[in-house]
Amino acid sequence: MANRNEHFVADLAASEVAEIDAVRISEKPTNLYLDAWRDLRKRPMFYIAGVLILAVTVMALFPGLFTQTLPNDNCLLANSNAGPTDGHPLGFTRQGCDIYSRIVHGSSTSLSVGLIVTAMTMAMGVFFGALAGFYGRWVDALLSRAGDIFFAIPYILAAVVIMSVFSDYRNVWVISAAIGIFAWPSTARVLRGEILRVKQADYVMASTAIGVSRFKILMRHVLPNSIAPVIAVTTISLAAAIVAEATLSFLGVGLPTSTMSWGNDISQAQVDLRTAPQVLIWPSLALSITALAFIMMGEAIRDALDPKARAQR
Amino acid sequence: MSNETPLLSIRDLAIEFRNQHGVARAVDNVNFDLWQGETLAIVGESGSGKSTTAHAIINLLPGTGRIAAGSIKFDGKELVGASSAELESIRGREIGFVPQDPMSNLNPVWSVGFQVEEAIKANNPGMAKQAVRAEAIAVLQKAGLADAAARMKQYPHQFSGGMRQRVLIGIGLSANPKLLIADEPTSALDVTVQRTILDHLSQLTKASKTSVILITHDLGLAAERAEKLVVMYRGKVVEAGPSLEILQNPKHPYTQKLVAARQVTPRVPHTSTEVAVKVSNLEKVYSIKGSGFKSTPFTAVSGVSFEIKRGTTLALVGESGSGKSTVAKMVLGLEKPTSGEIEVDGKQLAGMKPAALFDLRRHMQPVFQDPYGSLDPLQNIANTIAEPLVTHKVGTRKERQERVRELLEQVSLPWAISTRYPSELSGGQRQRVAIARALALKPDIVVLDEAVSALDVLVQAQILDLLAQLQDELKLTYLFITHDLAVVKAIADEVAVMNKGQIVEFGSTAEIFANPKQQYTRNLLDAIPGAKLL
Repeated sequence: MANRNEHFVADLAASEVAEIDAVRISEKPTNLYLDAWRDLRKRPMFYIAGVLILAVTVMALFPGLFTQTLPNDNCLLANSNAGPTDGHPLGFTRQGCDIYSRIVHGSSTSLSVGLIVTAMTMAMGVFFGALAGFYGRWVDALLSRAGDIFFAIPYILAAVVIMSVFSDYRNVWVISAAIGIFAWPSTARVLRGEILRVKQADYVMASTAIGVSRFKILMRHVLPNSIAPVIAVTTISLAAAIVAEATLSFLGVGLPTSTMSWGNDISQAQVDLRTAPQVLIWPSLALSITALAFIMMGEAIRDALDPKARAQR
Repeated sequence: MSNETPLLSIRDLAIEFRNQHGVARAVDNVNFDLWQGETLAIVGESGSGKSTTAHAIINLLPGTGRIAAGSIKFDGKELVGASSAELESIRGREIGFVPQDPMSNLNPVWSVGFQVEEAIKANNPGMAKQAVRAEAIAVLQKAGLADAAARMKQYPHQFSGGMRQRVLIGIGLSANPKLLIADEPTSALDVTVQRTILDHLSQLTKASKTSVILITHDLGLAAERAEKLVVMYRGKVVEAGPSLEILQNPKHPYTQKLVAARQVTPRVPHTSTEVAVKVSNLEKVYSIKGSGFKSTPFTAVSGVSFEIKRGTTLALVGESGSGKSTVAKMVLGLEKPTSGEIEVDGKQLAGMKPAALFDLRRHMQPVFQDPYGSLDPLQNIANTIAEPLVTHKVGTRKERQERVRELLEQVSLPWAISTRYPSELSGGQRQRVAIARALALKPDIVVLDEAVSALDVLVQAQILDLLAQLQDELKLTYLFITHDLAVVKAIADEVAVMNKGQIVEFGSTAEIFANPKQQYTRNLLDAIPGAKLL
């Protein structure tokens, strides 16, 4: 524009006008979950966490693949707190049992507590959170206050109390229930908030105008669109449940000593911490790595499910 | 500043964004000049690069954006590659900026006065406290707030959208900049408010000889407010020059299309004697929760009566808060009226049993405003369109699939998108899907609640054509709710103008446009941007 009032027109060949609102679609369908899955498969963190979780799972299901030594058999006091020997790569506990074998066999306890607690919190959290968020009014008032009461009690403290009361019935199910019953309100809260947001959407109103029942709208449109943050939070809380089991066992109110558990082993190892630190270190390491794997997985899922976080990378 | 050199001169500007797939060029080869005291409008649809270009001038590119090539010369200084200290001294002081959304651009935790003072302090370091306050009051007065001194202490939520935009304009102009960039300053506001704000803006900038870059999607508004236009399309300038000349003699095919879209051919009125929807004395009172257990009644709709004849369109026009959408929701049976009657196809809506209401829904379907919110992002297109069929148990699976195919054809969308999700579609395409879903049950009545308001002009014209064509083919009755009188001409047979919950004027479209009886209607008509230019 050399002249102040020049009328400039772009070269027509170089600026062709496309068809208005032409449909351009990609090769593959995309939506939140499909995109998240594609994104996850490009992340190293997902693979590292995935391999670790897979390893622990296989170990829990088929301990025989990893060791032929049984955790409580052939415990010779002669081997008490001994270092690694041939066939016993991590050494021996105070009772002379094989540490490696105990870790392998303990994995199923940690994993089952984690999974049971998660299933429980997910079921209760989703059920109560969805009801409170979607139906609102007195349902919300009632459930949210009930949740607040559970919130006010630290769940470890509550679990200690429950486990002390049920001291005669200590098993994986009871300890899971003791942890889970106080952990669901946070899941419910996350979901309730999401549902409050999603239920305002125009597609919910459109479905209402079509005549879809309230319950179907909740199941088909509202829940799938609000569950994503719950999935991420739940994966991370699985790690918290595993640690909680170990904590309770360490405090002596967890599983009976006859049950293989990393928490029990850590608890029993504390007396020999100075003389035989490996007895404490190995089960602690197994516990930390497992918890870390679930936390990493949860974070990877959380980032993948958040389109904003994805766009910024 | 001599008149020989422009105040702002942009040459070969290119802007790139980095994303997962590499680098995308959002703006390419942009050239224009702006002289002192001139107003220049950058016009384009969403994604055309108009805002990006303007943000580049003051180096406020979002995210990964960066200037890849070209030069921006402002008042003899090169801004591309300037240090951030240099840019900061120019930003605010020499180039003011008015952002788009008045609702989110004032910080809700600080008083309005504080925010104006902050801007003044930033541009006049070392100014005395008293002087800053006096200046802030003067700025707010200039922005058109009557009791500026008293309103200094108020918070943004106590201001209306128009008032907030006035404050933002005041902040933008507080340092007497040489150039003011206004990014869609009024697109979130009602037309009448838009007009007063823009009048005010031009008055202020004319007085101080401030140059203005006005970014807008509305060609009429641009031509009315600016001496010069820059039309952008897909990141490139396709046409630039004096506004009136471009409007009267558009040379580029894209500009020609834009101009053509503004020249609406008035519709051939449809008539009928059969009544499809009859609303009488409709009233809706909400109770607004106050402090404690108190609640105050708020009348959203009162005394509304109208009839829609079969096969015709009634447009319900009004500004935000006029109660038009509430009427739509009550007609759809999504809200219960406080009193009054709604008759659809001769059946009373009030006191209807759920089963009867469910049946009625087959005859009456809505299309909502927000194309990004009205489709479930996790349902694919075929499932979305089939939902009404599944819900009302129409046909077998195979028949339903056939119907979806037919519906997609009716709204001119390819079958290939049936397995895709809404995120891949543009706003206009989503609105087509929403229309297809509304038509799935072969309804007689379609309630269109601002159904084209969020779309770009050309897409809007396309959807309006589609709606008119479908109406003729399927003998549909439309209740068309809109704030935009410009689209009314193209689609409506009769118009009801709403203000503060009441219908203030009712008549045929031609009548209302040619001979509005109420002052309110006249104001609305006058406020259509560029109405007098074409």
